[in-house]
Amino acid sequence: MMSNLLSIITFLPLLGALVLVLFLRGSDAASDLNARRVALLVTTLTFLLSLAVFSGFDPEAPGFQFVEEGAWIAGLTYRMGVDGLSLPFVMLTTFFFPLTILASWNVEHRVKEYMAAFLMLETLIIGVFTSLDLVLFYLFFEGGLIPMFLIIGIWGGKERIYAAFKFFLYTLLGSLLMLVAMIYMYFDAQTTDITRLLTHQFEYGTIELMGWQIVGGAQTLMWLAFFASFAVKMPMWPVHTWLPDAHVQAPTAGSVILAAILLKMGGYGFLRFSLPMFPVASEIMQDFVFFLSVVAIVYTSLVALMQEDIKKLIAYSSVAHMGFVTMGIFAANQQGVDGAMFQMISHGFISGALFLCVGVIYDRMHTREIAAYGGLANRMPVYATVMMLFTMANVGLPGTSGFVGEFLTMAGTFQVSTWAAFGAATGVILSAAYALWLYRRVVFGDLIKQSLQTIADMDRREIAVMAPLVFFTILLGVYPSLAIDLFSPAVESLLEGVRTAQSAADAVQLALK
Amino acid sequence: MNGEFALVLPEILMAAGAMILLMFGVYGGEEKQRNTVTWAAAGLMLLVAAIVATRGGAEATAFGGAFVDDGFARFTKVVILLSSALMLLVGQGYLDRRGILRFEYPVLIVLATLGMMMMVSAGGLIALYMGLELQSLALYVIAAFNRDSARSTEAGLKYFVLGALSSGMLLYGASLVYGYTGSTSFSTIGAVIAAEGVSLGLTFGLVFICAGLAFKISAVPFHMWTPDVYEGAPTPVTAFFATAPKVAAGALFARALFDGFGNAVAEWQQILVFVSIASMFLGSIAAIGQTNLKRLLAYSSIGHMGFALVGLAAGTQAGAESLLTYLVIYVIMNIGTFAFVLSMERDGQPVVQVSDLAGLAETRPAQALALAVLMFSLAGIPPMVGFFAKFFVFKAAVDAGLVALAVAGAVASVIGAYYYLNIVRVMYLSPADRPLDIRTSMIGQGALGLSALAMAAGWLPVFDGFGLTEMAAAAAQSLLR
Repeated sequence: MMSNLLSIITFLPLLGALVLVLFLRGSDAASDLNARRVALLVTTLTFLLSLAVFSGFDPEAPGFQFVEEGAWIAGLTYRMGVDGLSLPFVMLTTFFFPLTILASWNVEHRVKEYMAAFLMLETLIIGVFTSLDLVLFYLFFEGGLIPMFLIIGIWGGKERIYAAFKFFLYTLLGSLLMLVAMIYMYFDAQTTDITRLLTHQFEYGTIELMGWQIVGGAQTLMWLAFFASFAVKMPMWPVHTWLPDAHVQAPTAGSVILAAILLKMGGYGFLRFSLPMFPVASEIMQDFVFFLSVVAIVYTSLVALMQEDIKKLIAYSSVAHMGFVTMGIFAANQQGVDGAMFQMISHGFISGALFLCVGVIYDRMHTREIAAYGGLANRMPVYATVMMLFTMANVGLPGTSGFVGEFLTMAGTFQVSTWAAFGAATGVILSAAYALWLYRRVVFGDLIKQSLQTIADMDRREIAVMAPLVFFTILLGVYPSLAIDLFSPAVESLLEGVRTAQSAADAVQLALK
Repeated sequence: MNGEFALVLPEILMAAGAMILLMFGVYGGEEKQRNTVTWAAAGLMLLVAAIVATRGGAEATAFGGAFVDDGFARFTKVVILLSSALMLLVGQGYLDRRGILRFEYPVLIVLATLGMMMMVSAGGLIALYMGLELQSLALYVIAAFNRDSARSTEAGLKYFVLGALSSGMLLYGASLVYGYTGSTSFSTIGAVIAAEGVSLGLTFGLVFICAGLAFKISAVPFHMWTPDVYEGAPTPVTAFFATAPKVAAGALFARALFDGFGNAVAEWQQILVFVSIASMFLGSIAAIGQTNLKRLLAYSSIGHMGFALVGLAAGTQAGAESLLTYLVIYVIMNIGTFAFVLSMERDGQPVVQVSDLAGLAETRPAQALALAVLMFSLAGIPPMVGFFAKFFVFKAAVDAGLVALAVAGAVASVIGAYYYLNIVRVMYLSPADRPLDIRTSMIGQGALGLSALAMAAGWLPVFDGFGLTEMAAAAAQSLLR
């Protein structure tokens, strides 16, 4: 097997983007079609190659697989590899990109640049999940802002410029604080190798800073710096406000990538860095995260209830669902973290699909106002069925993948904090309220609106985009082990390390007393 | 030949060349000579750069230690010479079209460059001052080079008055240092500090020297001249100001502080921490409101000098190395950016408003892409090389225990990112109402394209960062011995 398969998967889309930018001339219909085809070809090829990684991956084997290592510039190291925590996201990314390219087949404005931006984005996202070096990780993590900024800014809606700037600057501030923490980590551990940092014990003795007692010391400070970055990406309440703007203004495909994959970078970051590298700080901050998560779940669900824009409603529901993820991660037990991983994967399918659903009717009516719709079931039976499935999955109906993730995270949290689980459970009720109400207003009822009289059902391309998402949502709902077996061993070894570090810290504390 | 004169051969060549060019310009007839002189001046600087680059050897001093030739000096001299030559050629067409390309311009650039070479080779306060004044006097004149323009003359005068003030401060500081150490040579000053510690008078002198040098690299609070001079001077002059003199002043700063006051790091570290934080924030915040591209770039250069000084503030070898790396990357980005600004025209007149860039992505996709890459790089967004420049200075700062400084730098770069992004916004997201005419030469286009390419692809392992970090490391090592 090729030894640098991961690098090939990571950089193949970038190569495609370069081909588009450099070699595709002209801006007539024929060259636009070529751009679409090249993008589809490249993303599909990337997906097929990632299947090779998937089939060669052994979930039971400890540590990282498909590892590549080599010298990079200026004394830095190029290091790549996947484990059970990152592989699902790599697969999710490569799986979603061909679909989003298909979903944006109707984009007419600067097609070549559009496709190039998406291909560039794919490289940067895959790189985040495959890199095993701090600097490399950061490069991909923050580099992703550039194409996303352009995608929202050029192909977005009316308020796109405001949304693009807000998105960019919000995330940049978080990332730069993380950069400083990363540099500090390097000086503490003398390495930027993530595999070695995972076993490094950072200082956690209480320190005093400008008159403040910092419990957990350097670990807490670094935890906070990483938190600033990942919480914004996630996004967690109260730093979530960029998300509704970005979602509403982004083109459909941009929203899909944002919801399905980009948000998961925050959760992945928590699992890759915060929890295993700063276990003591994670324990100290547990209640804080629970509080923010529960507020996110309840508050944003309430906000979602009152939205008049379909995309905004789904965006707020994303924030609520990400609340389950953070809660599960910092519950730091097998069920909680398994649940968080599962919830992220499942939310990827569901929210991606929901945004595609919005895209379908937006392409026809050019409005996202809930009030502009009603009674779609009469003319769009296939659409109504598909949207029903994903609405139910979003609510967390048993039998869909949404249920498994929510249930596991709550079960995991319940063992640590009853109140947090209780609060989260009320959020589930609210999510049923807003999702079903949305469905009722858009799809059911009589078809009174004149403008909707001629609306057509989903065409073959749209069905082709939706079909795999329907398949996976149900498959993972009835047979969740398919995914859980993939990451569970990695979660287990992660938690073992966390527990060891935490009990060692507790022993030190006890000895001090 | 006498060994000492062999050591200063590059400088002698420059001085003699400048005189010959001057004679040629004066006696060689009129109009046709100016392009010849420009090319000859650029050729001379490239030749001298080649001579300096191929000279190896250990550190050597001449004229009683006043002139130092080491790896650090050679490295910065090559950077200075190359960027001077390049900016001279890139700006040639612009000056020619405006009818202000006179033969004095290249001669003055050669003299200014000679001054910069003296600065980075200074082994004592006298040599430092001599190099600095040679450079500054030439720069004062070229700032006012468009003598029929009130703005240009104003810029020259402003620069001269404020520059003279800062030279005065520098001299006053130097006299205090001389008074308290009994020597103007950096090595003796260093030895005295090592033996007797830092007296109050010496600290006073150090503060004044830092103030004078901070003026030269336009760091806050001595930055006031920068926006006016950048805006008022003819664009090729602005472009020149933003490149070679910044490297020279930054290197001189490092030379004076490490060579002369290397044993008093604690004293100057706090000055530099303040200056760099203030520069980073002022540069970032004040640039937001600018509508004039040249003014905006002036604030951008203030901010960038703040970031470069973060490396110097670290006071370590890694810090000096990151400072050099930062300066070189900054110069490369600025060469590209100004090559573009020089080409902006409408109806035969140069335009420099940010709003003039509207819709550039539609009308000139290639140039817009190159400029966008440079803007992202200036903002320090990975994977552009500008990110690595920031990364190295932050790393040096954290290494030296200045975590708060690194955090401040991180916050400032978020604020600064706004106005770079804004330029990208104007190019890509605003409709083109009146397209821009782009008048550029092969060299201008090459400068823009190559610098954008270097910034976008420099991180790929195949380029290996163009060996920049290794060279900077060697240079920094020779500075600290």
